[in-house]
Amino acid sequence: MIEIDKVSKAYGAGKSRFMALNDVSVTIRKNEFFTLLGPSGCGKTTLLRVIAGFVDPTEGSVTMDGQDLLVLPPHRRPVNTVFQSYALFPHLTVRQNIAFGLEMLGKPKAEIAQTVDEMMALVQMTAMADRQTGQISGGQQQRVALARALAPKPKVLLLDEPLSALDFKLRKDMQIELKRLQTETGITFVFVTHDQEEALTMSDRIAVMSAGSIRQIGSPHDIYEQPAERFVADFIGDTNFLPVQVGTVQGDMAEVTLSSGKTVAARAVLGGQGGGTTLAIRPEHTRLVPPDQGLLQGRLENVVYFGTDTHYHVAIGKDETIVTRAQNLPGSVAQFKTGDTVGVDFPAGVGQVLKD
Amino acid sequence: MSDLAQSREKQERRNRWLLLTPALVILLIAASGPLLITLTYSFLTPGDYGGVEWRFSTEAWFNVIFQRDIFDDTLGFADAHLSILWRSVKLSLMTTIGAVILGFPTAYFIATRPPHSRDIWMLLIMIPFWTNLLIRTFAVMELIRNEGTVNSLLIWSGVIDQPIQILFTETAIMIGMLYVYLPLMVLPLYASMERLDFNLVEAGYDLYATRFAVLRRIILPLVKPGLIAGSILVFVPSLGAYVTPRVMGGGKQLMLGNLIELQFGQGRNWPLGAALSITLLAIVMVALIFYVRSAGREEVGHG
Repeated sequence: MIEIDKVSKAYGAGKSRFMALNDVSVTIRKNEFFTLLGPSGCGKTTLLRVIAGFVDPTEGSVTMDGQDLLVLPPHRRPVNTVFQSYALFPHLTVRQNIAFGLEMLGKPKAEIAQTVDEMMALVQMTAMADRQTGQISGGQQQRVALARALAPKPKVLLLDEPLSALDFKLRKDMQIELKRLQTETGITFVFVTHDQEEALTMSDRIAVMSAGSIRQIGSPHDIYEQPAERFVADFIGDTNFLPVQVGTVQGDMAEVTLSSGKTVAARAVLGGQGGGTTLAIRPEHTRLVPPDQGLLQGRLENVVYFGTDTHYHVAIGKDETIVTRAQNLPGSVAQFKTGDTVGVDFPAGVGQVLKD
Repeated sequence: MSDLAQSREKQERRNRWLLLTPALVILLIAASGPLLITLTYSFLTPGDYGGVEWRFSTEAWFNVIFQRDIFDDTLGFADAHLSILWRSVKLSLMTTIGAVILGFPTAYFIATRPPHSRDIWMLLIMIPFWTNLLIRTFAVMELIRNEGTVNSLLIWSGVIDQPIQILFTETAIMIGMLYVYLPLMVLPLYASMERLDFNLVEAGYDLYATRFAVLRRIILPLVKPGLIAGSILVFVPSLGAYVTPRVMGGGKQLMLGNLIELQFGQGRNWPLGAALSITLLAIVMVALIFYVRSAGREEVGHG
């Protein structure tokens, strides 16, 4: 278990002072697949490097199982990193790369050989054992980097955007592979990515970061279905933002009035203080209906075909647009064409009122 | 089709050779010519007033290592030559080792600076290199002579009360050569360290390697080509150094270069000078073969 408490990291001083991390607190549980998700420059890699020991935080503490990590130099911390660039040693073979950490720990030769064999089998690289790292493909290098970091059996494995250099198909395979490795080894994974889909498919929990601080922590389901604020809703998946007026709040449900004047029930986690003037709703939760039905009415501006589904862009009023997504099922025919006046409807309770 | 391609290929090959001819001719005349003359001279008889007489003799080569006693004609090793040879190799090796010890941290320091300040550091290393060799040597002389800066400072601070005799010793020659040839070590070392991916250093620390282990297991193997190139670049000119040992050794501590000069000048023994030159060349060749072979291995290793 890693406890990160009020960690800040500032670069520069005076006017050019830049907070790479701003008062970040998070607890990473044992054996979980924890993802730090955010756009580039949000501080996710800095936080990972704080845990690894390559960045000293300006303030705050980092402990692992009660032990202060910050007093330990990187080579004494029981964590290993899979680097974005893999950072495989070019002068060593695949086998020597994987053995490196174990040799540094001073393990007996027989044990090293056995562990390395196990690791190569785990990542299916046994056939490549004596190749130089320059002679294998990007995906294979990725596997070697993983095996090298897993071989010393760290308590925590840190992964810094390890899949970003791979092509689409390989990335998909490696996502499943990584999840399998995490389950098999039972090691805590801290995974950094800017790819929301990657985060959603692999993680047990996700921390969404922006501008040096954590905006929301939760399971993929929570993050997607109940984004706490506009940034999170916008960053994860596609979202429609509708201007609303919040009426009566009961528990975590609120009565909201749309621009059309119609009211609908929506989730609201406003912490009792009221407020909130934006309703977030996912495109797939809305559907097109004939113009006299539904909660909103507008003009169908654009129809975009995506293969698995079709996106309908509907202009409501002057500067309000809503996107509706419909799955392309066998036999389904487009009911509406561009220029038609259509209605947009969504069920009660699926929208989310956002904190301002 | 293949006929056409073949004739074009032949044409191209002929053109290539034609273009190479001027360079090859100059190389043949300017590089191999003098070498052949030197080799020929080493097998001739010395003239009475310098120069050579065209009579075949292996006396010169014999004299490189042996000498005949002038009184009883008994054979003995040419102690003077051997000690000069030994001093040359020893001082050159020590200069090379010293250059590695000083140059490695320097190159590492420069390579780890932010990119825009690296050029300034490299310039500071290069400026002395662009200065006249004699001036640089006299500058070192000024530092280490008995009334020089170092001794004055040491006496003033009370560490010693008699000046240490450094000038006109082997140490002085080594210090001089070290100063003169250090940039030749820093340059290739810096070039290979600049290309070093410092992620690999981090990866080393991450995999439980101590600072020393990272240096030995990761940095050293990766900058080895630069280290070897730098060592050759320092060792070879040190071996044949003439000005530095002449000035810093005060004519008492001869090196190979001085010995050769002596044979062509006051010694009036051109064949011996020529034989000694070829000997020097042979030692350099051995060093270069060592370099080429280890560099070649590196190439294969990296695949």
